[in-house]
Amino acid sequence: MQRKVRDNKAWFLVLPVFILVAFSAIVPIMTVVNYSVQDIFDQNTAYFVGAEWYREMLRNPALLDSLGRQFFFSFSVLAIEVPLGILIALVMPTKGRMAAVSLILVAIPLLIPWNVVGTIWQIFSRADIGLFGYAVNAVGIDYNYTSDPTAAWLTVLLMDVWHWTPLIALLCYSGLRAIPEAFYQAARIDRASKWAIFRHIQLPRLKSVLVIGVLLRFMDSFMIYTEPFVLTGGGPGNSTTFLSQALTQMAIGQFDIGPAAAFSLIYYLIVLLVCYAFFTAINQLDKAK
Amino acid sequence: MDYSLRKKLGLALYIVFLFIPIYWLVIMSFKGTEEILGGLTLWPQSFTFDNYHTIFTDSTWYMGYVNSMIYVSMNMAITLVVALPAAYAFSRYRFIGDSHLFFWLLSNRMAPPAVFLLPFFQLYSSVGLFDTHIAVALAHCLFTVPLAVWILEGFMSGVPREVDETAYIDGYSFPKFFLRIFLPMIRSGIGVTAFFCFMFSWVELLFARTLTSVDAKPIAAIMTRTVGAAGIDWGLLAAAGVLTIIPGILVIWFVRNHVAKGFALGRV
Repeated sequence: MQRKVRDNKAWFLVLPVFILVAFSAIVPIMTVVNYSVQDIFDQNTAYFVGAEWYREMLRNPALLDSLGRQFFFSFSVLAIEVPLGILIALVMPTKGRMAAVSLILVAIPLLIPWNVVGTIWQIFSRADIGLFGYAVNAVGIDYNYTSDPTAAWLTVLLMDVWHWTPLIALLCYSGLRAIPEAFYQAARIDRASKWAIFRHIQLPRLKSVLVIGVLLRFMDSFMIYTEPFVLTGGGPGNSTTFLSQALTQMAIGQFDIGPAAAFSLIYYLIVLLVCYAFFTAINQLDKAK
Repeated sequence: MDYSLRKKLGLALYIVFLFIPIYWLVIMSFKGTEEILGGLTLWPQSFTFDNYHTIFTDSTWYMGYVNSMIYVSMNMAITLVVALPAAYAFSRYRFIGDSHLFFWLLSNRMAPPAVFLLPFFQLYSSVGLFDTHIAVALAHCLFTVPLAVWILEGFMSGVPREVDETAYIDGYSFPKFFLRIFLPMIRSGIGVTAFFCFMFSWVELLFARTLTSVDAKPIAAIMTRTVGAAGIDWGLLAAAGVLTIIPGILVIWFVRNHVAKGFALGRV
């Protein structure tokens, strides 16, 4: 870190960003707060109901169910993608033409629009027209993600691993590139094992990129909407109805904007709190060392 | 360090895993409907360009691609113009509320889209921007700007302060120094940032669909049209999907050197 000069005039440089983001952020969030404390019948009739919706939402079994499903899904996503991403970053070539080529190849799933990702997996894993679905059935496992809840859930998980592991891999790859060659030379002199190199040289250096990677993956998997919507439509039953989709059904399907808004804010707070707790915990660990 | 065979094999397997679903999409787009529904074929029996022909001759189809490209380019330009000075401020100065401001910028990414879409629609309608490209570009700034600031700040912190000080002693004004000396030094960073802006704006569907109806409708929203009375036209859907992947590949090809250099500097 370089020394920084204390100068509040720097605000002028940040002002455009502040105005731009505030325009798109503050008005919508205040509108949602406004919805969440009113019972809205139509444009001109609305009653103030205070914290009523919040109380009701926290006792709504359907939403609590999807919240549980959501936590389980996000946890599974992180548990698979983070180790796999680190592993891929470790095996990617470091120099020459192959380095650039593998970088590009690994990045491609990230550049596909999210609904197209859903479409790709729909086409790929349907039992009638899909290569994957057909192959799994041919091996003798009965697989049909449109009727079997477990298969649907696993398919969504597999799709997410396919889609987002490259992000963790690329972040870790960039973290690994920042390690000076001298560190490895010192390790060779000490005859450190591969595991020791990973544990004491590579992993500590990966920490800052992993923090960002885990945060991004947690946020995005916790708000997953487009891909399962295209792939399974939330079904069969409610097995892949994650939180965003349950909310959308409530807000647009049943037009219960007040309760949906109340729950959105609870949802937002959960994400903020988890991220903040994670951030603080990491910083505490840093200080403890 | 030498490359062991096991590593290469592992990576190759992973890349195959990434590409099989894409392969299936691509060959599906060259098949006719009868062949798709008739049974599984690993290679199109009757190779057809009909699906692509439909897309390239129907303006409601291909204008979707044009619309998407327009708002993505606008978003890239706006993001870079506002994020460059802000990232400079974060990398060089301490000021009141700097850390809070950064967390606030990031926190906007965490708002669940489901219910926030309605106020977004109302906001942009009330200022008369509904169904314009600029509306989508501005809405996407919500998540591209924080990311751009973070990436650029990393690159700028890599440039020693002495460079700035020497330039001021030599009589450069701030704008002149920033444009003539500083920006060329972080070229790679700008390339990487542009790439990430493209990535996040191009793949987003919910905002883009909510804020447009006809004139600026993105391709991702138009794709839902393939669901017709007679079921889904899989071939056409696959062709439209393939065409959404191509711009991404082109962009990453053009910025590949910057991205590789950016990665080498240890900052994505």
